[in-house]
Amino acid sequence: MTSLPTPAERAGGKSLALLIDLDTCVGCHACAVNCKEWNTGGRFGPLSDRDAYGARPEGAWLNRVHAFETGEEEAGRTVYFPKNCYHCEQAPCVTVCPTGASYKRAEDGIVLVEEELCMGCGLCAWACPYGAREMDPLAQVMRKCTLCIDRIYNEELEEVDRVPACVLTCPAGARHFGDFADPASEVSRLVRERGGYAVMEEMGTAPTARYLPPRVRPRETLAAVEAPEPTDTPGRFLAWVDRLLSG
Amino acid sequence: MHPALSIILFTTSSGAGYGLLFLLGLGGAAGLLPTSRGFGLAAFALALGFVTFGLVSSAFHLGHPERAWRAFSQWRSSWLSREAVAAVATYLPALLLALGWTVAGDLSGPWRLVALLTALGAATTVFCTAMIYRSLRAVPRWHSPWTVPGYLLLALITGGAWLLFLLYLFGETPPTPLLHGMPSAVIAAWFVQTAAWRRADRAAPVATVESATGLGPPGSVRLLDPPHSEANYLLREMAFRIGRRHAAKLRRVTVVSTFALPLAIGLILPFVNRLTALPASLLAALSMSLGVVVERWLFFAEARHTVTLYYGARSV
Repeated sequence: MTSLPTPAERAGGKSLALLIDLDTCVGCHACAVNCKEWNTGGRFGPLSDRDAYGARPEGAWLNRVHAFETGEEEAGRTVYFPKNCYHCEQAPCVTVCPTGASYKRAEDGIVLVEEELCMGCGLCAWACPYGAREMDPLAQVMRKCTLCIDRIYNEELEEVDRVPACVLTCPAGARHFGDFADPASEVSRLVRERGGYAVMEEMGTAPTARYLPPRVRPRETLAAVEAPEPTDTPGRFLAWVDRLLSG
Repeated sequence: MHPALSIILFTTSSGAGYGLLFLLGLGGAAGLLPTSRGFGLAAFALALGFVTFGLVSSAFHLGHPERAWRAFSQWRSSWLSREAVAAVATYLPALLLALGWTVAGDLSGPWRLVALLTALGAATTVFCTAMIYRSLRAVPRWHSPWTVPGYLLLALITGGAWLLFLLYLFGETPPTPLLHGMPSAVIAAWFVQTAAWRRADRAAPVATVESATGLGPPGSVRLLDPPHSEANYLLREMAFRIGRRHAAKLRRVTVVSTFALPLAIGLILPFVNRLTALPASLLAALSMSLGVVVERWLFFAEARHTVTLYYGARSV
């Protein structure tokens, strides 16, 4: 059913999505790799590649880490920008689907593809402004981030492991997962305190996921951190060696 | 956007077919067209042939054509599904009308209703096709008020050009409304096409790399490293760039072969004998059909998708 859930159906439902801290992300791509790893072997796998070990490997990934530069000179910085599905409230990828394969869950807001119904027309990928959907090159059905729905509700896993694979693996702790509809949740608190924002809202998608902006470091703060001077006062042993050799 | 041959053939061929069906329906209901068996047979064979060829070629765009039947299910939300429903539904009155035209040879009474339903179905199908593109906000060139009139008018004039040729082929005199209406319709289509291009070239960007990343004021964000070293589905499908530098030349080809030449031919048709009109109308139909293919290629190749903002584009 590719009509979006009505406000009445969504009432009381969760809004699960990711919150990514662009201040702490180090651009290591571990989230992307673990996403690929879990989703190629998990409930929705394989997530295939073409020419995987050849000269021009190409395949479907559900998480991609872009790198941007912002500002000039001292204010300039590199920002790593991981991008995956934002599980939009007004998901345009869902309503365009002609077969009923794409849908948004009323109970937690997760946007999914029922791949047995997907005819591989690709219209949903055109409709998504963010490029969050990729065609599986071998299965010829559309793939997207499932928020690791086969982890987060999986009672076979320890409770601490019931989070998306990308969040679990992030070595910098830059990825958070939670319910944006609950004002008391950790992600809602972080969004409030750090000015979390959604991207390309002018597309009318009402994305659920948010980014935390890179922290602004005032010039004075940067200047106050004096670079340490190289020291050339040797310890007692080295001073003795120095005297000996200089003599 | 990647100009897939299957989609270009689908939209242009089915467009011509539905345009022809629309005119057969309207002209038939109004009693303006000859009810001779030969003409009816040829006209419906050509119209349904165009439509069917288009629909079949669209299936080549699918990863799983065997699941295409499921596309009839989501007409509540999806324009692609509505198009599928309308396309198949139009076959019913169209085939019935073809039967009435060729077997009964009579288009009065209830046949008139069948003819009107055929015209309605044809127009609805092309409208749905256009709305598939019109509704995509991520591709600003398509999300334009000119997309729907453009599709409808191009379908109408290609159908009209083939109808004129068929009439001359069967030694019939084209009805005056068709003969006089065609040049006006071509001018209207030309106007809409020009307006669509002007808007596409001059419209302010709807999204920027800054709004796509939220990382700073306009002009401050640059792509440093792409996320992958090889191509991927997104780049192949939505970051098509080849041939954009030929766009100006291809637009001229479109203008001459879709509008200018067929218009000139359309204006002289009422004044020439059948021996001249027959090859001239064939030339107009062929030229226009080729021009529409070029136009549709540009429709895809020139369109930019907002996902390119994550791959180096500054604004879309």
